[in-house]
Amino acid sequence: MPAQTPSQPGGEPVGVIERLVRDDVDRKRFLKMVGGAGAASFGAFAVAACGSSGSSSTRAPAATTAASASAGDVAILNYALTLEYLESQFYAKVIAAKLFTGKVGMLVHDFGEQEDTHVEAIRGAVSKLGGTPVAEPVGRFPLSSASQVAQLAYTVENLGAAAYLGQAGKIQNPEVLATALAIHSVEARHAATLATLVKRPVTPDGAFATPAEMSTVLAAVKPFIA
Amino acid sequence: MTPTETKSQAAGVADTRAVEVHGVSRASFILRGALAAGALYGASAVTPLVSMAFAQGASSDAEILNFALTLEYLESDFYNVQGPQVHLTGQARSYAKLFGEQETEHVAALSAAVKALGATPVKKPTFVFPATDEASFLALASVLENTGVGAYNGAAPSLKSKQVLAEAGSIVQIEARHAAAIDLLLGQSPTPSGGFDIPLTKSEVLAKAGPLIKS
Repeated sequence: MPAQTPSQPGGEPVGVIERLVRDDVDRKRFLKMVGGAGAASFGAFAVAACGSSGSSSTRAPAATTAASASAGDVAILNYALTLEYLESQFYAKVIAAKLFTGKVGMLVHDFGEQEDTHVEAIRGAVSKLGGTPVAEPVGRFPLSSASQVAQLAYTVENLGAAAYLGQAGKIQNPEVLATALAIHSVEARHAATLATLVKRPVTPDGAFATPAEMSTVLAAVKPFIA
Repeated sequence: MTPTETKSQAAGVADTRAVEVHGVSRASFILRGALAAGALYGASAVTPLVSMAFAQGASSDAEILNFALTLEYLESDFYNVQGPQVHLTGQARSYAKLFGEQETEHVAALSAAVKALGATPVKKPTFVFPATDEASFLALASVLENTGVGAYNGAAPSLKSKQVLAEAGSIVQIEARHAAAIDLLLGQSPTPSGGFDIPLTKSEVLAKAGPLIKS
C-alpha cells in the first residue's frame, strides 16, 4: 500500500468561475438565448435546447469561450431540472396516495426527498452560472395501483439515468460534470431498487449502460407533462 | 507496484493534498449541504467537488483508466474466483454470477481502451479477499461496488477525452446498480450517500481497495 506523501503548498487551478466572471458581457448575451431573461417555459426550453427538428445534438459544439460553455451547461442543467421536477412531483404524488407502506414506503419517501435535493442543487447551479432555472412543469402521472406505479417509477428512473449519461460528454464545466455524475449514479440506484420491486433486471442494458439523447428523453416524458 | 502504478501514485500527490484538506466524512457533509443550498457555485470558493476533480488532474486518461482497470480486476476476481469458494445461495448467488460476468466485460473494455490510447494495460494483481461466508461476502461486495462508484465519479471529471468519459459513465452506472442491489440484499439503504454519490480521490479509493491487493 503506497505511503501518503505530505501536503504540498500550491495554488488552486485557475477557476472556470474566474473566467466566467471576466467574460460578463458575452455571457449575458449568450444566456439570453437560452432563457436567461425571464422564466422560460418547458416548451420554449425544449425547442431551444434540442434545436428545431428533434435532432440528437445539443446546441453548442465544443465551446470556444467560457460564455458559450456556460450557456451550454445551463441548457443541459435546465434539461436535467425539468426531469428532476417531474420525478419529484411523481414521488410526491405517490407518497400522498399512500400506495406503499413499510420498507418500500420508506424507500419511496427517501427517493422523493433525494429528487427534491436534485431540484435544489440544479436550480442553484443554474443560477450561479448566471442562467434562469426553467419553470417547473405541471406533471400528470396516472396512478392506478402499487404495481403499476412501481413499474412506471422503474421506467422513469431508468430513463433519468440514461438521460444523465447521455449528457455527460457534453458538459463543459468540471463542477457541473461532477454534480451530474453524483446524481447520475443515484438515479441508477433508484432504477436498480425499483427493478427488485417489479422483478425486472437490475441491469437492463447489461454490462454497459446505454445513454439516451435529449430529444429521445423529452419525447418520452412529454406524455407526463400537462 | 508496476511502473505505471508508481508513476500514477507520484502523479497522485495532489490528491493527497485534497484528502488532507477535506477528509472523507467532512467532504461528504459539506458537499451535501453545499449542493442543497446551491452554494456549490459560489464564485469565491473552490468547491469540494472541484478540488476532488482537479486533485486528480495530473493523471493522463490512460493512467486513470488503468486505475479503473485495477478496480475492475479486483471486482472480477472477487465475484468469479472468490465467489465460487463461498457458499452463496439464492439471490446472492445469482448476483455474484451476473455481476461477475459484467465485471469481466468491464475488464475487457478498459483494457481495450487503454491500448487504444497507446498505453499498456496494467497487469492483474493478486488479491486476497477476507470473505468466506455469504454475509461477509455481501458486506465486502457492498464496499467494493460503492467504492467503485466513488472512484469513477471522482476520476471522471479529470478525463480529457469525452469518448473515454462516456465509456466510464456507462460503467459507473452499472456499478451503482450493483451497489444498490447488494445493499438492498443486505437490508441496507440502496442510497448510502443520499441524493448524491460522493466522488472519491484516488487515495480514498486505495484506502478501501489497497488492503485487498496482495501484489
